[in-house]
Amino acid sequence: MDISTTTDAPPPTPQPPVAEQKRAARGATRPGDRIFLGLSRGSGILLLVVMAAIAVFLTYRAALAISDDHGNFLTTFEWNTNLTPPSFGIAVLAFGTIVSSVIAMAIAVPIAVAIALFLTHYSPRRLSGPIAYVIDLLAAVPSIVYGLWGALILVPHMDGLFGWLNDYLGWTGIFSWEGGAPRSMLTVGILLAIMILPIITNVSREVFRQVPRMHEEAALALGATRWEVVRMAVLPFGRSGVISASMLGLGRALGETMAVATVLSPSYDIQASLLNPGGGTFAQNIASKFGEATPLGRDALIASGLVLFVITLLVNGAARAIIARRKEYSGANA
Amino acid sequence: MSTAAVTDKRPSTLRAASLPKWTSPAIAVGAIALGIGISFAADLHSEIQWALIAAVLFVLGTYGISARVEGRRQAKDRVATSFVWVAFLLAVIPLVSLVWTTVSRGVKVLDVYFLTHSMGVVADSEPGGGIYHAIIGSLEQVGLATLIGAPIGVMTAIYLVEYGRGRLAQAVTFFVDVMTGIPSIVAGLFILSLMLIFEMQPFGFAGSLALAILMMPVVVRSTEEMLKLVPNELREASLALGVPKWRTILKVVLPTSIGGITTGIMLAIARIAGETAPVLLLVFGNPFINNNPFEGAQASLPLYIYQQYAQSAGANAAYDRAWAASLTLIAFVMILNLVARGIARWKAPKAGR
Repeated sequence: MDISTTTDAPPPTPQPPVAEQKRAARGATRPGDRIFLGLSRGSGILLLVVMAAIAVFLTYRAALAISDDHGNFLTTFEWNTNLTPPSFGIAVLAFGTIVSSVIAMAIAVPIAVAIALFLTHYSPRRLSGPIAYVIDLLAAVPSIVYGLWGALILVPHMDGLFGWLNDYLGWTGIFSWEGGAPRSMLTVGILLAIMILPIITNVSREVFRQVPRMHEEAALALGATRWEVVRMAVLPFGRSGVISASMLGLGRALGETMAVATVLSPSYDIQASLLNPGGGTFAQNIASKFGEATPLGRDALIASGLVLFVITLLVNGAARAIIARRKEYSGANA
Repeated sequence: MSTAAVTDKRPSTLRAASLPKWTSPAIAVGAIALGIGISFAADLHSEIQWALIAAVLFVLGTYGISARVEGRRQAKDRVATSFVWVAFLLAVIPLVSLVWTTVSRGVKVLDVYFLTHSMGVVADSEPGGGIYHAIIGSLEQVGLATLIGAPIGVMTAIYLVEYGRGRLAQAVTFFVDVMTGIPSIVAGLFILSLMLIFEMQPFGFAGSLALAILMMPVVVRSTEEMLKLVPNELREASLALGVPKWRTILKVVLPTSIGGITTGIMLAIARIAGETAPVLLLVFGNPFINNNPFEGAQASLPLYIYQQYAQSAGANAAYDRAWAASLTLIAFVMILNLVARGIARWKAPKAGR
């Protein structure tokens, strides 16, 4: 680190007592203090440098790739980096990433909120501690294990659901099924939902726990049933917390690589049906295409990674902004 | 309150009519019986359909009976309660299935031989072989990542809590938050772009760098929380005795919060130990034992699982190995988690010390 220049300062020379008092009062002039401050500030600066470097280097490699792209990087429906001229675009990837994440959120958020409510307000007290603990641990299960489970256990079990959806909702077009292996966007969405469930549950549970006891007791004293307490006191207080928890889950779903790569059978066209194989996601595309990628192919993958980076930055930034606003809000309310 | 209270036969009590405690189990039994009956009549074969029909009957029955006796508000409350329970049970199924499958399939080939041999001369489709090379790779990559990530993370947290005022601290706080959300594959791509510029081949330490990037913000966050818990009186007492600030931090603040900091670091290790994507890009995988993380492709446990799944073309022997490696990885992560929580409880800062 570059703080070594500050540590070379000469040892303090004897000085008149007045100056010494002043120095001691200011505190940060001893060599040990200076070294320590330099080290800790240097670490902070290093973090900023890393963030900046990620943006700069990804942009640099991405620019190399995009300048060689003979398709339109944003709207081309294929990923052929080996052709001459190469042609690739992120349209399908953006579509697949958004669709799979939206499915995951639609399934996971209501269930996670319900589980959080179950743990804080419905379950027998003796059960809620251990269950919360287990859900904590499940949040730590590596994503590749979810991927393996999804590919070998979940996919074979989806046949029944897909058939049922096709029979009764096939006329909508969204749920029509041609009978291929159920490795489609819907399966990916369900798997992602299972993966982000523990995270959203944990954060929501923390928020619901902080609901002022007085609000709940006031509602109960007015004769509210338990559901009315939840609806009138707990949910309004926890709304912004649940939103930010969902955004954190969304961030994870957007960037999830291995679970999607093992389950999805990708293709480079956009399908209206969620049940037929179609689409891909940014992260999955990088993992599956990397092995056979040419130098240009690698740069193209880095370009798609840059888009993913920007998307997750926006989502996480929004989540943090909501949390920050809530802090002020709840401080005034407590 | 409700119309039921007016028609109550016991005018001396102020309580509204309520259903006895055995109502819910009774309705549940009735719903299940009726559900199975309907399923047989309609010739449905899937247990899931039976369960769905029974669940719908249960909710409708509860609502109907409760609305009749207790009033609509109570009925709504009961329905909400059953929805919350159903959501919980629904979520438990896949999570239990995940753990159960990993354990039951993993123990099949998991033995000492599996832990002490590599895949060097074993084709992916044949039985035999093991994960020794992957364990070595994982330990080295994660260890190096921890050596880089943990000190930087802890020092950054010290800066933010003990020194941080003004623009720089705000910027660091914000970007640490943002960094927490970086997908692991993006961290991998960043190191990859550096490797492309310097024209390097995959090696273990490159993976460590990406893992360190993923680890730092997690360590900063948790350490920050722990340092904030240290009472200001301790710092003031030490400073009042004339102890320099850096010695106060090293000798008073850190020892007080060391339990929590260790916990945070171990949880961060548990998180990066399961990362596959950056390792796939940067370390590449290698069926042979490679003890040197600074030269040549290495294996790692999560990457091993992925490759056993993806490159085996459906051979059962490879799937068995993948499950066994998953079990090893989960066991490693869980043990780290449990030990970390144990330390947190044991070393929790005691107020008024």
